[in-house]
Amino acid sequence: MEKIISFPHLGDYYIPISIFLERTTKLKVIPSPPITKKTIELGAKYSPDSVCVPFKYNLGNFIETLENGANILFTAGGGCRYRYYAEVTEVILRDLNYNFEFYKLFSGDYLNFREVYRLFKKINPKLSLYTFIHNAIYTILFIWQMDKIDKIIRKNIGFEKKKKQHITLKKEMLKKFKSTNSILKLILYYWKYKHLFKKIPIDKPKDCLKVGIIGELYTAMEPFSSYFLEKELANMNIEIKRYTNLSYLLWQKIWLKKHMLRTTKKYCKYTLGADGLDNVYRTIKLINKKYDGIIHTKPFGCTPEVGAIPIIQKICQENNMPILFFSYDVENSNEGMKTRLEAFHDLLKVRREHK
Amino acid sequence: MTKGYLGIDIGSISTKGVIIDAQNNILASTYLWTKGNPIQAVKEVLKDLQKQTKNQDIKIVSVGTTGSARKLIGTILKATIIKNEITAHAVGTLSRYPDVRTIIEIGGQDSKIILIRDGIVTDYAMNTLCAAGTGAFLSSQAKRLDVEVEDFGKIALTSKNPALIAARCTVFAESDLVHKAQIGYKKEDIIAGLCRSVALNYLNNVGKGKKILDPIIFQGGVSKNIGVVKAFEDILKTNVTTDEDGHLMGALGVAILAKKEKEINFSFDIMEGQFETSSINCGSCPNNCEIICVKEGNKLIDAWGNRCDRGKSNIKIEQKE
Repeated sequence: MEKIISFPHLGDYYIPISIFLERTTKLKVIPSPPITKKTIELGAKYSPDSVCVPFKYNLGNFIETLENGANILFTAGGGCRYRYYAEVTEVILRDLNYNFEFYKLFSGDYLNFREVYRLFKKINPKLSLYTFIHNAIYTILFIWQMDKIDKIIRKNIGFEKKKKQHITLKKEMLKKFKSTNSILKLILYYWKYKHLFKKIPIDKPKDCLKVGIIGELYTAMEPFSSYFLEKELANMNIEIKRYTNLSYLLWQKIWLKKHMLRTTKKYCKYTLGADGLDNVYRTIKLINKKYDGIIHTKPFGCTPEVGAIPIIQKICQENNMPILFFSYDVENSNEGMKTRLEAFHDLLKVRREHK
Repeated sequence: MTKGYLGIDIGSISTKGVIIDAQNNILASTYLWTKGNPIQAVKEVLKDLQKQTKNQDIKIVSVGTTGSARKLIGTILKATIIKNEITAHAVGTLSRYPDVRTIIEIGGQDSKIILIRDGIVTDYAMNTLCAAGTGAFLSSQAKRLDVEVEDFGKIALTSKNPALIAARCTVFAESDLVHKAQIGYKKEDIIAGLCRSVALNYLNNVGKGKKILDPIIFQGGVSKNIGVVKAFEDILKTNVTTDEDGHLMGALGVAILAKKEKEINFSFDIMEGQFETSSINCGSCPNNCEIICVKEGNKLIDAWGNRCDRGKSNIKIEQKE
């Protein structure tokens, strides 16, 4: 039987991840089919009811990809309850009588390269250390550069003169990124496209509304799970700032911890688990940077964020900062979110007029 | 001839309509049940408003819609403004009570809190996952107790010793209620307990973490229930103001907002035609978006609900058939 590797979705990150898997294992890689309503229906059907929604999306992804013929599955780990999700997922899938190999990328909270190398050596015994390091650097660069471009996009996408220019250019860029194996070329492409992105004609007033998105990582990074929150904001001509991305989680977060504890000293003595402390820190940062509002997203029942919310609420009340909380679960209608977003937009606009 | 501005609030349970003049005075108003058919309800609202203003020389120059069916009705009426109910309620209430600082609103299926400081909205919240403690809950319990929901308040006030009823969740509150009734609590004590649990539930869920400051305005259908008003006053230990037009605030607000928009020619018989809505499943991908099409006769006016552009071509095909 041909071996086919697959893994669940997280925004656009499936592209660098599938390249990495393909080039290190030399096996066929097919990412899960794009997330749709069917994915979450399948996921919800076989998940424990009270588990948070990222688990349900991941499980749905796995089931769909297994149906497509995948037989080696990869999942991340670390973080909050998430670190135990791999084991639970595996048991559920085995109970459903699927046949597959299952690998967890990291066992601790942070990426450990030696461990990952050993894992890949097991799958592909011919893997040389050189190929592995080369592809690791390539993938990290890919992710880092994509995240940096995404930051530019989020700033400007709400103001583009011709619709969809940013999205089209990003697709083109990712195709170019994918086409090369050379790290040097990857860097050159980045500079080229960064230039192109800055040249897209935009119609942006200097004092446009600016909103920061904070919250749990999955709902922040997978647009389907937040009902395309960023797209809605862009349609309202709002500049978006989002801190959470893969580069942050994989290698930036670890350096920031001490600094975050120092900044949030007035409110937090310890970390809150997962991104809880980070979000308290970001709240303070967004207030200092004079953003107009904050939107906090989380899956329903997300424990670290439930701990962070009262603190964030207090900081916002002290500083008169408008904040909107969204809690996502398996629902089909986004009307409720739209109503609240519209009202939030009105609130921000009126505040501006009264300043 | 006076210029009139029409505001319609199509809620899940009831539909409200007002006509105001340039000074925000209500010239005509109407209030009836939506009965799950917003188009029919609005037709009746328009008919009623037309009847009320027949002898006055009023010309409607702008139309606004709000409430959960705002988009559907706004499209059909070619409304000048379609606004969410949070903003509409804030604007409507502020026009009457410029120094209000907290608006408590409990409607048929949703409840919200709006915090206002110095005349501008600073914070708000809506109930998220469940409809606990809203009008729908009260009216279903009224049926169970065989009492008209309109009499709830009066009966509640006669109670000297309100029963304690769990406020956390509607389902628990209901089983608590049944249990209390079976072990012999008086009806009025149970009803008073229910009113208290609605207020507590609201403050624990929607009002959580919000600073509720005087003056407080309580509106929405449930504000007509004097038992709940009293429960709020007891818990918050302050005065809670209700307005006899409290149920109209959303419609009033959106009518005021419509004043700022461009003037249009509006005639009451705009709803005379056959309006129909249908939903089709896109089918272009497994997401299977449900697309809502609004048709006047055979003409498609608008469609929404699809997440990408592919759905649009599907509607066109449907049109040809």
